[in-house]
Amino acid sequence: MAASHPALNPATWIRLAVIAGAVAALEIACRMGWVPMTIVIPPSAMVGSLVELLLSGTYGRDIAVSFSNVALSAALAVVLGFAIGVILHALPPVRGAVEPLLASYYAVPTFMFYPVFIILFGVGSGAIIAIAVLLAIVAMITATLNGLDRIPPVLTKTARMFRMHPAERALKISLPAAMPYLFTGVKLSVAYAFIGVIASEFILSGAGIGYAIAYAYNNFNNRTMYGLMLLIVLAVTLINSALDVVDRRLQSRLRR
Amino acid sequence: MSVALAPKPQETAMADHHARLTGVTRVFGPRNGTGVHALGPVDLDLRRGEFFSVVGPSGCGKSTLLDVLAGLAKPTAGTAEFEGQPVDGVPAGVGVVFQEDASFPWLSVRDNVAFGLRRSGVDAAEIARRVDYAVGFMGLKAFENAFPAQLSGGMRQRVCIARTLVMQPRLILLDEPFGALDQQTRLLMGDELLRLWRETNATVLLITHALDEAAMLSDRVGVMSARPGLFIDVLDTGWPRDRDSRIVSHPRFGELTAHLWEKLRAESLKHMRGS
Repeated sequence: MAASHPALNPATWIRLAVIAGAVAALEIACRMGWVPMTIVIPPSAMVGSLVELLLSGTYGRDIAVSFSNVALSAALAVVLGFAIGVILHALPPVRGAVEPLLASYYAVPTFMFYPVFIILFGVGSGAIIAIAVLLAIVAMITATLNGLDRIPPVLTKTARMFRMHPAERALKISLPAAMPYLFTGVKLSVAYAFIGVIASEFILSGAGIGYAIAYAYNNFNNRTMYGLMLLIVLAVTLINSALDVVDRRLQSRLRR
Repeated sequence: MSVALAPKPQETAMADHHARLTGVTRVFGPRNGTGVHALGPVDLDLRRGEFFSVVGPSGCGKSTLLDVLAGLAKPTAGTAEFEGQPVDGVPAGVGVVFQEDASFPWLSVRDNVAFGLRRSGVDAAEIARRVDYAVGFMGLKAFENAFPAQLSGGMRQRVCIARTLVMQPRLILLDEPFGALDQQTRLLMGDELLRLWRETNATVLLITHALDEAAMLSDRVGVMSARPGLFIDVLDTGWPRDRDSRIVSHPRFGELTAHLWEKLRAESLKHMRGS
């Protein structure tokens, strides 16, 4: 087990202090006029803006569109990535041929394909989800292959000792044994889905938080722009922390 | 308590064949003569309820022999039989404990031990009863709700033994189960193995490279040659059924160990020189 609860860890306190210090420094710099308000607004104003825009409900639809697109993209990437990973793992020759492509996959800037997706799906959620899934899926495929590779052979032998059928073995032995690695893929897929969705909304959408940020920017509405940015930062932090709790739990059981 | 060291009564003579290998060979890789001839041909006849150990130099095919008997590997030639039936896949009534830690890291100790029973249709009350017994027997009561990652190697191996034990196997195959443990832990685990063997009346086949372990635990010890593994000697220890690790101070323990070493020394040298 980890030595102590993460909240009691001195490193956690130092990290929080660094963040608090940076936010305070920005606040002071803005208030003192060292940084012009036309470039950055003070963090307290960002919070104020976020509260206002959440209460007013003006961006309710954009927020709902973005988060549902992220959720759908992450879910598709996880399910399809897992399925493709399982298939590749079962077919070593195909895997051998495909694996180098997977390894260099993230060198390709997926976003450049956006015209293709507009042609295929039109402007809107379809193209956005396609880009986000494309961005996230390879992380899940790689994590699945890694997880299946790391199942100790003795557990497979144990499954045979218990005279388990292949399907039962997959469900009760392989899946839980690979779970900590699979979950790394889930975490990455969620992160990539966020990047894919928000970034795509800037270029190929008429709705969503990314679109709203671009719209505010084009209209010199700094206050709204920073409020929405803060919303994304907080949402991502919250979701990632929640996934981290699960991740840490899985990893602690793995340490042998 | 003094350990009675009278030779075993003649019960072994009338005991029936419990498991048997006949002319078993195993060749890895191509069979056209270029493959690695790992084992055999060996014959082995396990009597019901006996404790049989196999010792031999590294790479002599001891583990392969176990895999064939367990139905985890098919022999290249020859047959394996358990309770009169040919072995094809792991037979019901056979439990295996491996050298590597095979505990399930995602399950608590209790869930690990109950794993096999929960999928065998045994009712909940009976599962609880058997798991309680096995957990208590292996000294895991205080760690019931712990996860394997929180336990030492010896403790995890106890979990694996308990998990096999609850299935009430009639034949227990142990593939160097204490190989990764320190000497003191090994002796104590040996005691527990003897206790388990007496209480369950199971037949036990233990693969080990530790001569003292074989000499202390077994009714009979089979000595294998360097690869390809063949039985070069089968030794009757003559220990009483009721025994524990204290027999290491008995003069015969030294004699047995010396005898085993004498048989094995030449074979081990062959292995070292890579012939």
